Amino acid sequence: MGDIFEILLTAGFWAATIRIASPLIFGTLGELICERAGVLNLGIEGIMTVGAMAGWMWVYQGGGLWGGVVFAAMVGAMFGLLHAGFTVHMGLSQHVTGIGITLFASSLSYFIYRMLLPSATTPPKIEPFDEVAIPGLSDIPVIGEALFNQSPLTYLAFVSVPAVWYVLYRTPLGLAVRMAGENPVAVEAQGINVLSIRTAAVMVGSGFMAIGGAFITMSWFDAFYFGMINGRGWICVALVIFASWRPGPALAGAIIFAGLEALQVRAQQSVGAFIPYQFFLALPYVMSIIAMIIMARRTKYPQALLVPFRRGERV
Amino acid sequence: MIIEPRQSVSLLRAGLAPVWAILAAMLICAVLIIWTGTNVLTAYGLLLKGAFGSAFAINETLTRSIPLIFTGLAAAVAFRAKFYNIGGEGQLYAGALAATYFGTGLITLPSFLMIPFLMIMGAIAGGLLLLVPVLLKTRMKVDEVVTTLLLNFVVLLLVGYLIEGPWKDPMSLGWPQAASIIDEGVLPTLLAKGRLHLGFIIAVAIAVLIWAMMRFSVLGYEIRAVGYNAGAAEFSGIKVGRTVVITAMISGGLAGLAGVSETAGLKGYLTLDLSPGFGYTGIAVAMLAQLNALAVIPAAIFLSAVYVGADAMSRAVNIPTYIADVLVGASVLAVLCSVLFSQYRVRFR
Amino acid sequence: MTSTVLEFRGVTKRFGTLVANNSISLSLAEGEVLALLGENGAGKTTLMNILFGHYQADEGEILVGGNRLPPGSTQAALDAGIGMVHQHFTLAGNLSVLENILLGTESLFSIRQQTGAARKKLARLAEDYGLAVDTDALVGSLSVGERQRVEILKALYRDVRILILDEPTAVLTPQEADNLFATLKSMTRQGLSVIFISHKLHEILAVSDRVAVLRRGEIAGEIETAKADRHKLAEMMVGRTVTRPKLTAMEPGDAVLEIKDLSAGKTGAEGLKKVNLTIHAHEIVGIAGVAGNGQRTLADVLSGLQGSFSGSVALNGGALPAGDPRAIVASGVGRIPEDRHARGVVGEMQLWENLIAEDIRSQDVSRGGLIIDRGRATDRANRQIEAFDVRCEGPDAETKLLSGGNMQKLILARALSREPSFILANQPVRGLDEGAIAYVQEQLLEARKRGAAILLISEDLDELMALSDRIAVISHGRLSEALPTSARTTAEIGLMMAGQPVAGEAA
Repeated sequence: MGDIFEILLTAGFWAATIRIASPLIFGTLGELICERAGVLNLGIEGIMTVGAMAGWMWVYQGGGLWGGVVFAAMVGAMFGLLHAGFTVHMGLSQHVTGIGITLFASSLSYFIYRMLLPSATTPPKIEPFDEVAIPGLSDIPVIGEALFNQSPLTYLAFVSVPAVWYVLYRTPLGLAVRMAGENPVAVEAQGINVLSIRTAAVMVGSGFMAIGGAFITMSWFDAFYFGMINGRGWICVALVIFASWRPGPALAGAIIFAGLEALQVRAQQSVGAFIPYQFFLALPYVMSIIAMIIMARRTKYPQALLVPFRRGERV
Repeated sequence: MIIEPRQSVSLLRAGLAPVWAILAAMLICAVLIIWTGTNVLTAYGLLLKGAFGSAFAINETLTRSIPLIFTGLAAAVAFRAKFYNIGGEGQLYAGALAATYFGTGLITLPSFLMIPFLMIMGAIAGGLLLLVPVLLKTRMKVDEVVTTLLLNFVVLLLVGYLIEGPWKDPMSLGWPQAASIIDEGVLPTLLAKGRLHLGFIIAVAIAVLIWAMMRFSVLGYEIRAVGYNAGAAEFSGIKVGRTVVITAMISGGLAGLAGVSETAGLKGYLTLDLSPGFGYTGIAVAMLAQLNALAVIPAAIFLSAVYVGADAMSRAVNIPTYIADVLVGASVLAVLCSVLFSQYRVRFR
Repeated sequence: MTSTVLEFRGVTKRFGTLVANNSISLSLAEGEVLALLGENGAGKTTLMNILFGHYQADEGEILVGGNRLPPGSTQAALDAGIGMVHQHFTLAGNLSVLENILLGTESLFSIRQQTGAARKKLARLAEDYGLAVDTDALVGSLSVGERQRVEILKALYRDVRILILDEPTAVLTPQEADNLFATLKSMTRQGLSVIFISHKLHEILAVSDRVAVLRRGEIAGEIETAKADRHKLAEMMVGRTVTRPKLTAMEPGDAVLEIKDLSAGKTGAEGLKKVNLTIHAHEIVGIAGVAGNGQRTLADVLSGLQGSFSGSVALNGGALPAGDPRAIVASGVGRIPEDRHARGVVGEMQLWENLIAEDIRSQDVSRGGLIIDRGRATDRANRQIEAFDVRCEGPDAETKLLSGGNMQKLILARALSREPSFILANQPVRGLDEGAIAYVQEQLLEARKRGAAILLISEDLDELMALSDRIAVISHGRLSEALPTSARTTAEIGLMMAGQPVAGEAA
């Protein structure tokens, strides 16, 4: 146990936690935006995969890093559009559509990757985002090193949380999004097109998810591997429930999960001889299930989540 | 865009929906094939030949359809009750774990008892794994999609631990795999040549059984009623929670059978690459079959043919095998669409 | 004569072969209350949906202040100064009153909501029209009457010139309805025009200046309210003299249902608190009340959906098999659920399948409770369909294709065929047309004659007064004594519905 406390005090642990949290923050915010508008997006796992591939591929083909992020977000948004076309405009099952998008988007990513790099045996590498130290703040002992010497994408993730909160709770657009997830008929009755609001929310949300995927190939690692998203998308879906659909708690949840993962990597080194490594790897998944159980009775679901809207139809 | 329900849907129109979906999915893949520089007809010709072009190919296609029939049935039954079990992959491995635990020497029975015994144990293991998500769903309204998906990862890690650790076969020359199933438990092959085994006949028989259950039995009636309208089902006296739990046990059990059949039939021992995602492909099978248990058989054979054919195709021309996965994903989406169009009339203006 | 603010010109809307609105021409003057009267399915809602751009008319046009209203656009209707209070409120319970009102009033892309100015304007409106509400309260915590106030404020906040109210009194107590009428008067004094949609004749006579009657999608007539009377309006609405079945005096028999000190459900208004009620053979007891005051809990207990409660419920002297719908049905209870679509039938299943839903494990329709006996189930379905005059293509037809009236007949067939000794009829005629209403009510009276005890739960006081031997009022989960209908007045019942004790009534 003493080992674990020592780990918790190191800057390296916190730096890793913040890094690992970044894709979860993007993914969770993305899912949160979709669900707030009333659309469960189970395409998240595939959209993160396609974002990881697209961002990486952009840079590998000679594009700039930020260009890659934008490209990944756009590709993600296109899959969001596909999802919205099915669930919002045609009113099809959100569960099955999401699973279909995940199967389609991830297999398409692998196909394109293989197509462009048919003979690569070891995954080719790119030059990923460098850490940027924030002058002044990064000199604070431990905290500075952990929080203020990170990749620009990490800063973006952390800035996104208050930004999404502000838009959802303080602007007319955010009100319309939340209302679309609570009572779409009310939105329509006030002259706002529900289908457009929901479509836009799913596209933006999917863009966030894709950036989360891109973070993994462009900032955390420097190459694209098969199966590298590895259930992170599903964990984000659980985190949204854990956070009761609020951005602040979503951030907290992402950090807690990332902390667990960072801890397990380090704990493996100290107690790995006694406990099999698979146990540590399974922790985030098990914790996700436990988090959902804890919050199950308390949360207020968006009332119109999973409910399709058709114009002129009374609900 | 205006969507209006059709007053009545002819059987022909309903039956053709999956066909249109498959054509649409093939069209999407055709775009990818054109990109690879291969002639589309040539590519699909190679795929067809690879899947059905010889006795060996047909044998292989049918063999690979066995786990897909089981996982397809698993999804079809659960989805009927609107219980979205996406954990077929995990339940498949749970079945395989049970087959390995009981079938590698712990118990020895004559073949005609040993095979059913392993099947039952595998089904129980698959069902038990689904017990946690289904109880969370019925008791606490925890979304089953996320819990079943997450459990897939947990089960795979458990399998990894077991076959690298306590269950590792000392004779495996360092490969992470479990000991072989004893001879009494192995599903015999059906033909002199090829790998097609008894699992195929069992899978088809169970599909017929499930079809009859859904259509003629009180339980099947209750599962359908709960899936269509849980409120009305509850009002009429159906115990909704209990029905969903029973449905889940059947579904998990069916996926577990896929694991037994792969372990005791095809491979002979448990490894981490026992299933290349049969659990997920089962969802596509069920959707193509429109959740009809009998239609699961041709749907499974079709998707199996896609995989087997794509292997052959990619060996012959420069097309990555992932084309098969793309086709599976695209067909899930396409079938959703085509079923909608068969039930509704869409007008644009 | 004042100027015309709104005009429909030859508006026609078809759904397949059904003509929902046939060449409707109608005008609304400034400061006028126009009542739109018609039965369910006459086309009132369709016409308003066209006005609001939810549907597009196949023919005709709508003029607002002389300008053509662009079809198919809710925004255009709102911009033209039209507001609507829907029958089913378009509010989000998890959001605040202010948020519900502000939605859509600002540019979607403005960077910040102007809540300060909005609060001021709302305070002024609330004062002008007597519509006080707490702007920061969650809508979910408000009463039905308050929610309707929010809906009206929503329209007024947008400075509407024309306000449409769709069945606004359906969920109100008579007193709340009177308040609403007073608000409407103050609006028209300030130059607003109102379209008041209803099928309740006495309201229309009380509140409107002019009545337009819709029948089967056509304007069946227009009349100055001053020249109209109940009888005339009813005839215009239905196209013939209305003959709703009447209650004939009958001596009550033995006690069939005895409820003693029944408490159940949550602690809020929906929970039951020490309810006592006895219903005898040959007797219909009506329960009046505003929705959400415990009717659902009471119905859930009696139909077997809720098994946990304190107190006792006895049926024919024995205990009711609580929490088990099938056993309750088998012991002689017929149940008509509140919502046919959500509770009554499985739309995707066939008629015969819905007809066996309540006793599927019995020997009548299954072998050993395991396999469905299709032959016997179909035979029985044929007999029931015939006996209850369900218009359909046969027992194999898909249930969701039935009209509302026929769907309700199907439910009656299932519930009444076995001649139950107690019938729970929860909103049995809601949403039905006049013909179907008469049919359902006749069937209930027929059952009463046969000796059934009937509990009739309804939000329609007129229906209760016409059909009940005795009436009890439910408010906040407390049930008043059931007194003979002749001993009660509508005003008394209204006060009791609002939770106020009435002289002579035990608290």
